[in-house]
Amino acid sequence: MSIIKMLDEFTSENLTKKSSSRREMFSTLGSLSKKAAAAAIPFGLASKSMSASTMFYDHEGPLGLALVLEYLEAEFYMKALDSGVLMADSRAEKVYMQISKHEDAHVALLKSILEDAGEDTTKPTFDFTVGGMFDPFNTTGIGQETAYAQLLALAQAFEDTGVRAYKGQAAALMGTPYLEPALQIHSVEARHASEIRRLRGLKGWITGSMRGDGMPEATQAVYDGEENVMQGGVDVTTLTFADPIVGDVNEAVTQAFDEPISGETAVAIASLFIVTEETDG
Amino acid sequence: MKKPLVKVDVLDASPKDSNKNSRRKFIKLGGLGIAGSSFLLYGCSDDDLFNPGGDQGMTPAPTPDPDPDPDPDPDAVFDLGSGDLGILNYAYALEQLEAAFYTQVRAGGYYAGAPAEEQELFDDLYNHEVIHRDFFKAAITGVAPDGVLPDLEFDVSSIDFDSRDSVLATAMALEDTGVGAYNGAGDRIADATYLTLAGKIVSVEARHASAIRSLINPDSTDFAGDDVIDENGLDLAYDPTEVFDIAGGFIVTDFTANNLPEPMTGA
Repeated sequence: MSIIKMLDEFTSENLTKKSSSRREMFSTLGSLSKKAAAAAIPFGLASKSMSASTMFYDHEGPLGLALVLEYLEAEFYMKALDSGVLMADSRAEKVYMQISKHEDAHVALLKSILEDAGEDTTKPTFDFTVGGMFDPFNTTGIGQETAYAQLLALAQAFEDTGVRAYKGQAAALMGTPYLEPALQIHSVEARHASEIRRLRGLKGWITGSMRGDGMPEATQAVYDGEENVMQGGVDVTTLTFADPIVGDVNEAVTQAFDEPISGETAVAIASLFIVTEETDG
Repeated sequence: MKKPLVKVDVLDASPKDSNKNSRRKFIKLGGLGIAGSSFLLYGCSDDDLFNPGGDQGMTPAPTPDPDPDPDPDPDAVFDLGSGDLGILNYAYALEQLEAAFYTQVRAGGYYAGAPAEEQELFDDLYNHEVIHRDFFKAAITGVAPDGVLPDLEFDVSSIDFDSRDSVLATAMALEDTGVGAYNGAGDRIADATYLTLAGKIVSVEARHASAIRSLINPDSTDFAGDDVIDENGLDLAYDPTEVFDIAGGFIVTDFTANNLPEPMTGA
């Protein structure tokens, strides 16, 4: 079941509107199965504290979103390295260690910026099993091989999401001293994404809106919209290229441009892995 | 990768060595008037020119004079321009270089004998850079038909296209430089649409850089190595002068970058 897709269909208003009570949200979710609603959880982020939702729209908002994503990634890689699922001294372990180092640094940097600004930097509680859907750390005995596949799939989803999310927030950081560091993080996430994709046997870039072989359908929201070929009002596939494109032009054009996602979409994706600390009254 | 691939004279530009401090240094230099002064790129007088356009039938570089100069010189070199136009032309120059490089890679001995996987990688990189280049040409022509950078000529005689090492090292340098250039230019862009466009491209350049680095040293952390990512987990961010230091040696066609916008924010 594609929970992320359902989340995606859940409108931004419902995710963030102050007047939306949890009860209203769950009634909106009425058509979902109980398990999906329980696993989806995500509205904890929007309803728990208004700082969590307003931070996506206020001045410090883009960095608040960034911190949540970095917390998510940092904890994921730390737990992955602790899980024993990655073979010692393997390429994958080296890659995860390097990425882990970067995500930790991103957390520290963003946290210090937001703390200086007096913003809430509370770390959410994460559940990388998504209520039991995944077992990337092999904690419930899904087996090393399956856990490893999920570990890589989740990493790909997180990195490709990070690239899109930072891109989507860049404009909101214009005129602030945080734009450049945000861009510098953005390209690091893209380097990570490229490498993780190769570990999974994929190209480093995204073709169309294809999530790639072996990616769970639940991750499709990470790739929806990547098929865009309109750039700056131009359908790039209709250009007359001075040198011939090798292979399919449409595929090449979609690969050549990564697409942003909105804060709402990024929140919806990240929220899948965030445990609400509230109980529904 | 701070070492210039080919020496190029950039007048009035002080070499800078630190990625992290580039912003601060730029401001200092800006205070000294670098931004408004002339730094003319000298082309090589080498006859071994490389024409990226091949036989595409494009007209040779026109001699546009975008400056409202009261005494225009018909032989004046092209200036990238000011504001967002300047940044777009700056990006266009880099994309021209990358596209020219990969075009030549695919005509060279290394590519001809490379494993299918590596050929496919270079096909993709070639595609993407040609697309970026021709997109910029169309986009800039659309908004400033008289202000678009002409087709540049490049001298790539320093690269051995029969050598895998030479090709991969150059590809890495160009991709890393592209990432640093876009990252350093972001804060000079005034229009949000252009900023997002630059963002759509820079992450693809970063994916490329990672791929090339991975190809050079597969079982390693080089895809995002400590040589390019600093202790804060931040990637390269270059000022235009730094980019011209690195890439300028390939560029034959003279142009100036006298009016590029300064960063919007200090600090």
